[in-house]
Amino acid sequence: MLTKLLNLKSLSTLLLLMVPSVASAQDLSGGNTAWILTSTALVLFMTLPGLSLFYGGLVRTKNVLSVLMQCFAIAVVISILWLVVGYSIAFGPSESAYWGGLSKALFNGVNINSMSGDIPETVFASFQMTFAIITPALIVGAFVERIKFSAMLLFTSLWTLIVYFPIANWVWGGGWLGQMGLIDFAGGTVVHITAGVGALVTAIVIGPRKDFLSASTLPHNLTMSFTGAAMLWVGWFGFNAGSALAADGAAGMAMFVTHISAATGALTWMVIEWLKFGKPSGLGAITGMVAGLATITPASGSVGPAGALIVGLSGGVICYYATMYLKQTVKIDDSLDVFPVHGVGGMVGTFLAGILVSGNLGLFSGNGLPDGMTIGSQVGVQLTGIAATVIYTAIVTFVLLKVVGALTSGIRISEEQEQKGCDISDHDEKGYSM
Amino acid sequence: MKLITAIIKPFKSDDIREALSDLGVSGMTLTEVKGFGRQKGHTELYRGAEYVIDFLPKVKLEVAVEDSLVDQVVEAICKAANTGQIGDGKIFVSNLEQTIRIRTGETGNDAL
Repeated sequence: MLTKLLNLKSLSTLLLLMVPSVASAQDLSGGNTAWILTSTALVLFMTLPGLSLFYGGLVRTKNVLSVLMQCFAIAVVISILWLVVGYSIAFGPSESAYWGGLSKALFNGVNINSMSGDIPETVFASFQMTFAIITPALIVGAFVERIKFSAMLLFTSLWTLIVYFPIANWVWGGGWLGQMGLIDFAGGTVVHITAGVGALVTAIVIGPRKDFLSASTLPHNLTMSFTGAAMLWVGWFGFNAGSALAADGAAGMAMFVTHISAATGALTWMVIEWLKFGKPSGLGAITGMVAGLATITPASGSVGPAGALIVGLSGGVICYYATMYLKQTVKIDDSLDVFPVHGVGGMVGTFLAGILVSGNLGLFSGNGLPDGMTIGSQVGVQLTGIAATVIYTAIVTFVLLKVVGALTSGIRISEEQEQKGCDISDHDEKGYSM
Repeated sequence: MKLITAIIKPFKSDDIREALSDLGVSGMTLTEVKGFGRQKGHTELYRGAEYVIDFLPKVKLEVAVEDSLVDQVVEAICKAANTGQIGDGKIFVSNLEQTIRIRTGETGNDAL
């Protein structure tokens, strides 16, 4: 009976397919739409609760709630900002190579029939919104345990408005970096370098925590961090494979190379610690995983499976030593190591994408260089993309922090409030009552 | 009456409870505490950076006994808590002026 029904169904599908299509190439693809709907949920899940738990576990008991609240509040405010102007600035139809204009402000003209390629425009816009949410949320790791909530919210909003939305346009919205041929599949420059550099500048401007580098700042709950990290890994499938904007071979390859790079990054970090300190640590393993994921992000649409091994290994090694160097040698309190993991990982991945995309590397071949490009010229474009993102982000972040500092009479809470913890100082409540 | 306070390694708590029960000690109080002595602290590794932890987790055991039992109890704790390693802990013995059982109002040795 069931077989008969199925047969009838496939027969009618066949008949439908045989009817000459009157519609254009903009016909809706149900499969693609379903996958991007799913990916949107996966990427939001990365912030809520993935990243929130990952970060929450890494701070002290007295600050756990403030970190969860910061990530949550960013998700709330950036969503509204996305509706009001963000989508238009990033993906609006303006001819400018630097922004999308304001013609789609408040989603002007977007209705249930609007299409973006072969998926509904609402689905495309929602998917992109979740990237706009996680990027400023990543910066939270730089200023935890000492920022004023009002300053945090104002800064991350302005930062997303002036740094994230335009750079998303430059790379993905038809802007100048995209036109130049920059390979950034899922956000090595747009997400990880912007967040990493934004975090580094913020950490320098706000200054170190009172007891930075002392044992009293150690993570309060690594079980929570492990849980969040595992959610990030799963959510990243939506982040990278969803960036194919289709349920196709590109998505499948992106998903697989993402997974391999995450595993390689984690293993690399474990091995380094094992050799250096005699024991591999859990926090090291999950940090290596995030490094592997951040590094593959820009390259996930270009490299092959064996190439992913190189990407994960490079991300693991370079991000490890970057973390050491920044915290132990330069002594900058980028508290949860956003720059060395995301910023450096994003740069390494964006650079490697220009090489490993080549189809002439034997076993390590990628999906092939675009027509007319050589590895040399592609790497040149990649380096331009990295430099432009780093310079623009650094300058604008610095200026914004000064402006926000002036408006909120200092972005930092008082020493006494810091001692009490941000939970009480910023929110008058506690994460735990035990 | 004496109050015997022992700071011991946490994994020895069960052995001591058994040794003292065998002596007829009918109650004791355990508290999880942190501290350091000659053992000093230890190091922990977070993202490749080593941090010195000054205070180590220990268990504080408090038991009130009548004078005649003091030597046996001290001996039993010493024996049960001894690993021969640095950091086995210490025992403090102090005078106890009065003991009262709240439910019945009994005092002194009767309340132990």
